[in-house]
Amino acid sequence: MILIDILKKDRGGQIFLAVLLVTTVTVACLNLAVPESSVWHVSTYTVTLLGKYLTYALLAVAVDLVWGYLGILSLGHSAFFALGGYAMGMYLMRQIGDRGVYGNANLPDFMVFLNWHELPWFWYGFDMFWFAALMVVLVPGILAFIFGWLAFRSQVTGVYLSIITQALTYALMLAFFRNEMGFGGNNGLTDFKDILGFDLQADSTRIGLFVASAIALALGYLACRYIVNSRLGRVAVAIRDAEDRTRFIGYRVDHVKLWIFTFSAVLAGVAGALYVPQVGIINPGEFSPLNSIELVVWVAVGGRATLYGAVLGAIAVNYGKTYFTAALPDLWLFALGALFILVTVLLPRGIVGLLRRREATQ
Amino acid sequence: MTTFLRRTGMQIPWLKLLARHHVIWCLVVSALLPLNSYAADDPAANNRLEPALKLLKTGSFKEKLHAIELLAASGDPLALNYLKPLLQARLYYRKDNGDIVIAEREGSQYQLTAPVDGTALGRVKKRSIKKITINNAMRRLLREKIAGLSLTNPDPKIREAAVNEMITSRANGLARTLKGLVDQEEDASVKALMQTGIALGVLDTGTDEEKIAAISQLSHSLNPAVRNRLEQLSADAGTSKIGKAARKALVTIEGRVAFYNHIETLFFGLSLGSVLVLAAIGLAITFGVMGVINMAHGELIMLGAYTTYLIQQMMPAYIGWSLLVAVPAAFLVSGAVGIVIERGIIRFLYGRPLETLLATFGVSLILQQIVRTVISPQNVPVLNPSWMSGSLQVNSVLSLTYNRLYIIVFSLAVFIALFLVLKKTRLGLGVRAVSQNRAMARAMGVRSGRVDAMTFGLGSGIAGVAGVALSQLTNVGPNLGQSYIIDSFMVVVFGGVGSLLGTLVAGLSLGVANKILEPSVGAVLAKILVLVFIILFIQKRPRGLFPQKGRAVEN
Amino acid sequence: MRQLEHVRETFSRGEVWSFMQPRPSSLELDVTHGTILYLEDVSVSFDGFKAINNLNLYIDAGELRCIIGPNGAGKTTMMDIITGKTRPDSGSVYFGQLINLLKLSEAEISQAGIGRKFQKPTVFEHHTVFENLELAMDGDKRVWPTLFAKLTGEQIDQIEEALEIIGLSEHLGKSAGSLSHGQKQWLEIGMLLMQNPHLLLIDEPVAGMTHQEMDRTAELLTSLAGKHSVVVVEHDMDFVRSIARKVTVLHQGSVLAEGSMDEVQNDQRVVEVYLGE
Repeated sequence: MILIDILKKDRGGQIFLAVLLVTTVTVACLNLAVPESSVWHVSTYTVTLLGKYLTYALLAVAVDLVWGYLGILSLGHSAFFALGGYAMGMYLMRQIGDRGVYGNANLPDFMVFLNWHELPWFWYGFDMFWFAALMVVLVPGILAFIFGWLAFRSQVTGVYLSIITQALTYALMLAFFRNEMGFGGNNGLTDFKDILGFDLQADSTRIGLFVASAIALALGYLACRYIVNSRLGRVAVAIRDAEDRTRFIGYRVDHVKLWIFTFSAVLAGVAGALYVPQVGIINPGEFSPLNSIELVVWVAVGGRATLYGAVLGAIAVNYGKTYFTAALPDLWLFALGALFILVTVLLPRGIVGLLRRREATQ
Repeated sequence: MTTFLRRTGMQIPWLKLLARHHVIWCLVVSALLPLNSYAADDPAANNRLEPALKLLKTGSFKEKLHAIELLAASGDPLALNYLKPLLQARLYYRKDNGDIVIAEREGSQYQLTAPVDGTALGRVKKRSIKKITINNAMRRLLREKIAGLSLTNPDPKIREAAVNEMITSRANGLARTLKGLVDQEEDASVKALMQTGIALGVLDTGTDEEKIAAISQLSHSLNPAVRNRLEQLSADAGTSKIGKAARKALVTIEGRVAFYNHIETLFFGLSLGSVLVLAAIGLAITFGVMGVINMAHGELIMLGAYTTYLIQQMMPAYIGWSLLVAVPAAFLVSGAVGIVIERGIIRFLYGRPLETLLATFGVSLILQQIVRTVISPQNVPVLNPSWMSGSLQVNSVLSLTYNRLYIIVFSLAVFIALFLVLKKTRLGLGVRAVSQNRAMARAMGVRSGRVDAMTFGLGSGIAGVAGVALSQLTNVGPNLGQSYIIDSFMVVVFGGVGSLLGTLVAGLSLGVANKILEPSVGAVLAKILVLVFIILFIQKRPRGLFPQKGRAVEN
Repeated sequence: MRQLEHVRETFSRGEVWSFMQPRPSSLELDVTHGTILYLEDVSVSFDGFKAINNLNLYIDAGELRCIIGPNGAGKTTMMDIITGKTRPDSGSVYFGQLINLLKLSEAEISQAGIGRKFQKPTVFEHHTVFENLELAMDGDKRVWPTLFAKLTGEQIDQIEEALEIIGLSEHLGKSAGSLSHGQKQWLEIGMLLMQNPHLLLIDEPVAGMTHQEMDRTAELLTSLAGKHSVVVVEHDMDFVRSIARKVTVLHQGSVLAEGSMDEVQNDQRVVEVYLGE
């Protein structure tokens, strides 16, 4: 009932969710039920790749919510993504137990390597899934809340906000590169074995993670769509278009921004948490400036302020990346750079805008 | 030499004359020839040494000691050419003709050189030479005599090194030796060092009153040997008057050392700050004046650094001049690229600053990748001209390296030049007009498109110039720009967008803050703390240190 | 000296100590003395230029007041101060007896019951006319209530009523960005009505309007007075004459003259600085 209500006027969303449902079911069946020798078999590698794209898509939806509807170009979302990923990575590290290279049941390998004798306090509790899951939500959420509370209250907007979110991400990257921080430094967290007792290398676990990503994406999409359709969503767009005016008709602009920004950061964190078990590693490179800006381009390519455009953009660009880096590795950065320029100069409404225009002319 | 004479009671005025004579000789000759070689052309000198050299070849240590005394007494700087290798046990004589040579083992054979002028004399088997052996008594005497000879060397640097050597080795008769020389010493810094040495010597030999006077004199010295000696003294002498005086002097000295360390930190900070200012100042124009977020700014800096590299490749014989050529060349290269970016992309994005951020980031990726494919994905070597190396020694605890000094001067010069361009030229007037009110400026006949292109070119050109400076400090590679872009934005935002002075103050103060934090928390954490500080600062004062005020800014 | 001033301020007769004041969230307007807005000794300067200089201005409840003055007289800055966009360097601004506007944020001032129409019409261009009015509507504007807000039948009627008044009933589904300049002016007035404020600040309402529309605006504004207090800043003298009961002339950031249109027009100083031009 609520579902129908949310998607009533959202034809793009209806199509997207239908495609997502069909793809997820088909891929799962083709992987599990069809024998490997068959042409119709979908390899586990492909499933994991698709699962990774879905987490990126969720991240892109989160970015679109704040950029497309609220006008905040956040370059901090890769940080929220990575923090969610680290929280999950810490859980997975603790699950390794004594199966590490050093066979130390109490300490992850890298700590043994650094001659540490005790688990740092901030690792406590990460051997329990519920605690890690809570941290996946809380750590990015609280960081976004504190940062947003400071920034929006003093009316830091536009490019200034972009620059300081970028600085935040950069500071976190430098911090996570330090061995002393206790997050594995340069190498990050890796060599995971299992999650909730399921072997991470098993096909069924891969499928499970893939389906979980699809569900998270669908729920994230619906939540964002609900916000966007609500009066709060209209206030957000009002803030994007005329912030002062919104303030003068009595809305606490800082509060609206703060809550939406925090929610978006939480979504990014969840995306990161689903990303890590599928790719099997999390390292400080996820905080890099390139990442934080690249994911904005996914949204730009798909089309801002549409939500499903973000999904489309994330998958299209990442498919391109997978293809290029395998086939023509030297050309990928040229292609990405050109994409940045072309989209902003020639295609400000993205692919969705292009499709809509075509529809309108027919 | 003089010590020896004094000790043996001989007074020979011509020795002094000879010393003077050497000074003159040195002035004339050293400009043309290496120091040692002139003596080889002077047969008289070799003749004077000849009897002593003969004695060296005898087996008896007693006679060898005498030989050393004789060599030292000759007062000839050439004697050092024998004494030093002798101390290092590299002095041999040939069995066939008795010539004294320096021999160096090379594989199974020995490479011979002449002590007098260092000419190579070919390689021989071990059998055909014999080492001149030395014992501890000889070693002691050798050290003393070498120092003594060096003390009268015409070159003040050698004299200074000799005094330092004597002080650190706590040579016997230190005070006495130096007292005999200090009055004739002409070089002020050597003289001061000698006085320090004398005072140190008195600490070993003098009466209590003399010692206390010496300590109070030493409390003005920053020489590390003085500090060591005083520390030892304050430990040994305990609560006696001398111990107290030593501790008091130490406190004074440590205060001064701390002061100079602060100065050094400030200097490091200012030089880092100057780098930041250089990197950010072009951005202050494109961001502050035009409102364009140029994420490719770092890559324009990189292009400047690569221009320096290419210029050095083109004129390898004139590295000293290469930077002077590179500055205008880098300005033109980066400026031209900047103009292309502006006309090709940014022109379509005015009023949409977030989009310029994305588009120029795309440009930065492309520029990086071009450098990777065309030149090399690895770092390239950029040479430092000789005038950039070395340092300005202010005193024994404070030395300022020339490359840092030049960076500070250079960035100030660039700042002033830019300031003048904006204040005094027609382009500057146009820039300020367009930045304040585009429509009005256009109505007044300012060609805003042209002004935009020129402004962006100017900002980019300065990035190129910054690249030349950075090429002298860091590795030049495709990622050079990335590491500066965030810092540069931080400087501009911290200083206040649109304020050149703000950029200067912000850059310098962030540099100093970084260097003050560094010793206690490490470089990376210092950088993180500074970033966090700026993030918090922007929350408090969103318009930076030097905000622009008024109604026009609001919209 | 400053401390002394602080003490004097704390114990002055008019001061209501903060702990005795109602919480700002209640923001009840008290107009028992018949005055709705007090500006006293207000000054503000930008980079040394005194935009407002010792301004004293009182607006009575239910009054329609016109403010005129040459360019740069400080009219817009005055509105900025009342609505919290600009903070004065000195002086006090009270809304009714109790509400100190200098301590409230822009949103709180709006919720306290002050609505503003900007010189340049700013409507939310990507929203429809209907949505613009919906957003402006009086009600709980905190985050969570806004997220779950549903339009009641009464509220829809209210919006339709406003659409009727501003003559945009036929355009309710049109995006505001596609309206003409005059229609945007009307929409903004409509948004002001939806806010149902006690005090309306209206900056140049008739710029870009035809004569007919001007008449209609005049009619609307005079009908609003009484129930609401209205402050109009306007350049168009005919329009001012058609609605004004009391006129205030601002010059160089302070009040030059105050009175009926006729009084003001005959004031020698006013003629010199403004009308005589």
